[in-house]
Amino acid sequence: MDWKRFGFIALIIIVLFGVVVLVGQVKQPPLLIITSMLATTIAVATPLTLGALSGVYCERSGVVNIGIEGMMLTAAFFGWLGAIYMFHIFELPADISIALGVLFAVLTGGLMALLHAALSITFKVDQIIGGTVINILAIGLTGFLNRQLFFGKGSVFEGSVPSSPGVLPTIHVPITELFTSVCGSSATCLQNVEAINRVFDQKPIAMGAIVLVFISHYVLFNTRWGLRTRAVGEHPKAADTVGINVTKMRYANVIIGGMFAGLAGAYFTIESVPSFEPLLTNGRGFISLAAMIFGNWTPIGAWAAALVFGASQALLINMQIYRDVIPPNWAFLQESYIVGLTPYILTMFILTGIIGKTTPPAADGVPYEK
Amino acid sequence: MTEPTIVLEAKGITKQFPGVLANDNVNFDLRKGEIHALLGENGAGKSTLMNLLYGLHNPDKGEIDVNGKTAVIHSPNDSIALGIGMVHQHFMLIPVFTVAENVMLGDESVKNGSLDRVAVAARITEISKQYGLDVDPNALVGPLPVGIQQRVEIVKTLYRNAEIVILDEPTAVLTPQEAEDLFRIMRDLTARGVSIIFITHKLKEVLAVADRITVMRAGRVINTVKPSETDSAQLANMMVGRQVILTVDKKDHEAADEVLKVEGITVRDQRDLETVHNVSFSVRGGEVLGIAGVQGNGQTELSEALTGLRRPTGGKVTIAGKDLTGKPPRIITEAGLGHIPEDRQRHGLVLSYSVADNMALCDYYHAPFSSRGVIQPKALDENSRKLISAFDVRTPSPFVNAGKLSGGNQQKVIVARELSRDVKLVIANQPTRGLDVGSIEYIHSEIIKMRDRGVAVLLISAELDEIMALSDRIAVMYRGQIVAVVDAKQTTREQLGLWMAGAHVETA
Repeated sequence: MDWKRFGFIALIIIVLFGVVVLVGQVKQPPLLIITSMLATTIAVATPLTLGALSGVYCERSGVVNIGIEGMMLTAAFFGWLGAIYMFHIFELPADISIALGVLFAVLTGGLMALLHAALSITFKVDQIIGGTVINILAIGLTGFLNRQLFFGKGSVFEGSVPSSPGVLPTIHVPITELFTSVCGSSATCLQNVEAINRVFDQKPIAMGAIVLVFISHYVLFNTRWGLRTRAVGEHPKAADTVGINVTKMRYANVIIGGMFAGLAGAYFTIESVPSFEPLLTNGRGFISLAAMIFGNWTPIGAWAAALVFGASQALLINMQIYRDVIPPNWAFLQESYIVGLTPYILTMFILTGIIGKTTPPAADGVPYEK
Repeated sequence: MTEPTIVLEAKGITKQFPGVLANDNVNFDLRKGEIHALLGENGAGKSTLMNLLYGLHNPDKGEIDVNGKTAVIHSPNDSIALGIGMVHQHFMLIPVFTVAENVMLGDESVKNGSLDRVAVAARITEISKQYGLDVDPNALVGPLPVGIQQRVEIVKTLYRNAEIVILDEPTAVLTPQEAEDLFRIMRDLTARGVSIIFITHKLKEVLAVADRITVMRAGRVINTVKPSETDSAQLANMMVGRQVILTVDKKDHEAADEVLKVEGITVRDQRDLETVHNVSFSVRGGEVLGIAGVQGNGQTELSEALTGLRRPTGGKVTIAGKDLTGKPPRIITEAGLGHIPEDRQRHGLVLSYSVADNMALCDYYHAPFSSRGVIQPKALDENSRKLISAFDVRTPSPFVNAGKLSGGNQQKVIVARELSRDVKLVIANQPTRGLDVGSIEYIHSEIIKMRDRGVAVLLISAELDEIMALSDRIAVMYRGQIVAVVDAKQTTREQLGLWMAGAHVETA
């Protein structure tokens, strides 16, 4: 792997964490700050990680997907809507409604991806235009339905947004319990272990995303499916001449990618907060693409890059927590819109290619003509 | 004598493409363990026939029998299952994959759900040993030399237990040595019972390796002959359908003053390695200086340095008395250079521009093509129509994109543009690579016409026959140096071959 790239990622993460520790140390011990920041980073990096994986599957098979943003947004809406319907109309238990909501989100992502696949593989529409269509469609569709289904005249909810069945629960990893006997009666030891435990106590999609990173990496580089996927993305004609169905491989990978984007959508409305706002994805689909590129189209690389963006978002959140203790000569850190720019500045910086050149799959974005 | 077994037979194959009858009632058969050459010009229907045999297209009419049984071939999977393998002209290899990954693609060995690279590597080594095809299964394909990549392609077919191997224009990209090596491999394969269909348009190769030769023209089979019963002239005749002059008719000609003078030029390539060391020579008006040499001995960098595409790190280049060392291409072009570049698609044409636009690329910016900074479409149009008829470019219209033309016609567009201007020097680098006999004949005659008109010609070519046919003097390039300069009449193929291979030169 590319050490310059990973070194850069580590450096940025250390700098971002360092800023928070320097500001917050008057209030809390550094270990607590670092662990809570790490926990936030992993959580908020989740949709970016899944979005980047979505891009990896699509682009490794040769289809450019800038519609990830739209796929996420649509999935976030329909996942949330599905959960509410299951809960209020079909009166299913809350936990089952939530689980079905995640399923709806994943299927919605897959369906949006099917549309993108049809446009770009079968109809050979310019893939950038196809992705843009997906993004515009997503904004219009979710905005319109959000209005009509909840606030419209004929709405079953009669103009009031019903409460959602809630969010996915945090899964507790019993590290503290394991170490209780090790720590004995030392209170600081126990406190530290509890702090570290917080990093591992994540919600299911956040944990699943990390597992999926490693599974995807293995699949892509060590299985028949992965070899064929990369082959159709590098040189589809070569794949065709050895009897691989290029169209099928591309369709399948784009749809898989869409389902990853769908899961990212579920993160917003079913794992993070139980509500939907129009435009709530707020460009994270595009940042995912930057993470994919910076990760050189590999799942692990993309995840590392997603963590950088996650850390910069965690910085913003922490700066709000420690707002009152920010030293006067660092006053700009109080302005959330300045700190909020970090991910976008990083994106621009990373995409200039200063930190080593990345190489896209050779047939990325090129429709296959026999 | 026993009747030879026929492993593959195509009967009455007809294939219609929009506007072209690519195969018209074609009959073809292949015997076990033979090399059957399929000879024909570009567009004669050879590749179509092979794509039908390999399942990339389906025939409109006709039948294909494999090992005596009627075969249904709808996709490459079907033909692979029948033991047919194909090595395409443009290799079907993925540069970022290893040899093993390329070989197994589509027919992967899997253990516990993951790729069994070890087993595949072992199998490749076994095939390598058996057929004398030396390849490293763990090497990345991209950086491998073309000759080795071709071996990987052959290993790919053998890995799938192919008994019939189709080689589509296999020598088009090879150096003479690599081609020799390929012929050895082909004979090894047939000795082990593999049958080979060898597609080419090079007469000499066909006569050297084929057991039988089938000639195609305009979608039809003209004849099937044995090499012992024919010769180059007869084959060329069948291929083109008219008398072809294989030897270039060249009158003795008195050379005039020096036009190109190169003094101690040194060039580095993009990896910053010095590939041309201290080279000096000169070309006079009315003579052709041929630079012979195996590809990759600095010819590319030398021609780039002379045409302004690469800045030399030392030395001096003078054209018609003007020092043009390291000057940009436009200045050199305006000083009277016509350049036929090595890679016609990358450096010779803008493929997405029309033929008319491509024909004005050298002087679009001044009258009559431009007037006060505005392009004059009428002038472009007139110019292109004139050149299309003068240089016999086969194009539906001047507005067709250059990328749509065949290789021969693309080259004619470049030749038309470069040689129709008032030039003093022509640098032609591999001007006929990959072209059919008819186009080669034409381009050779145009080059000789320029020479007879008093233009200096520098011809760089890896085809020794071409060098010998056209040159008045021959310089041999080896490892970035000119190792010999001789009068073309006073040397032999063998002598040049020795110099090209690096034999010591006593007299230059």
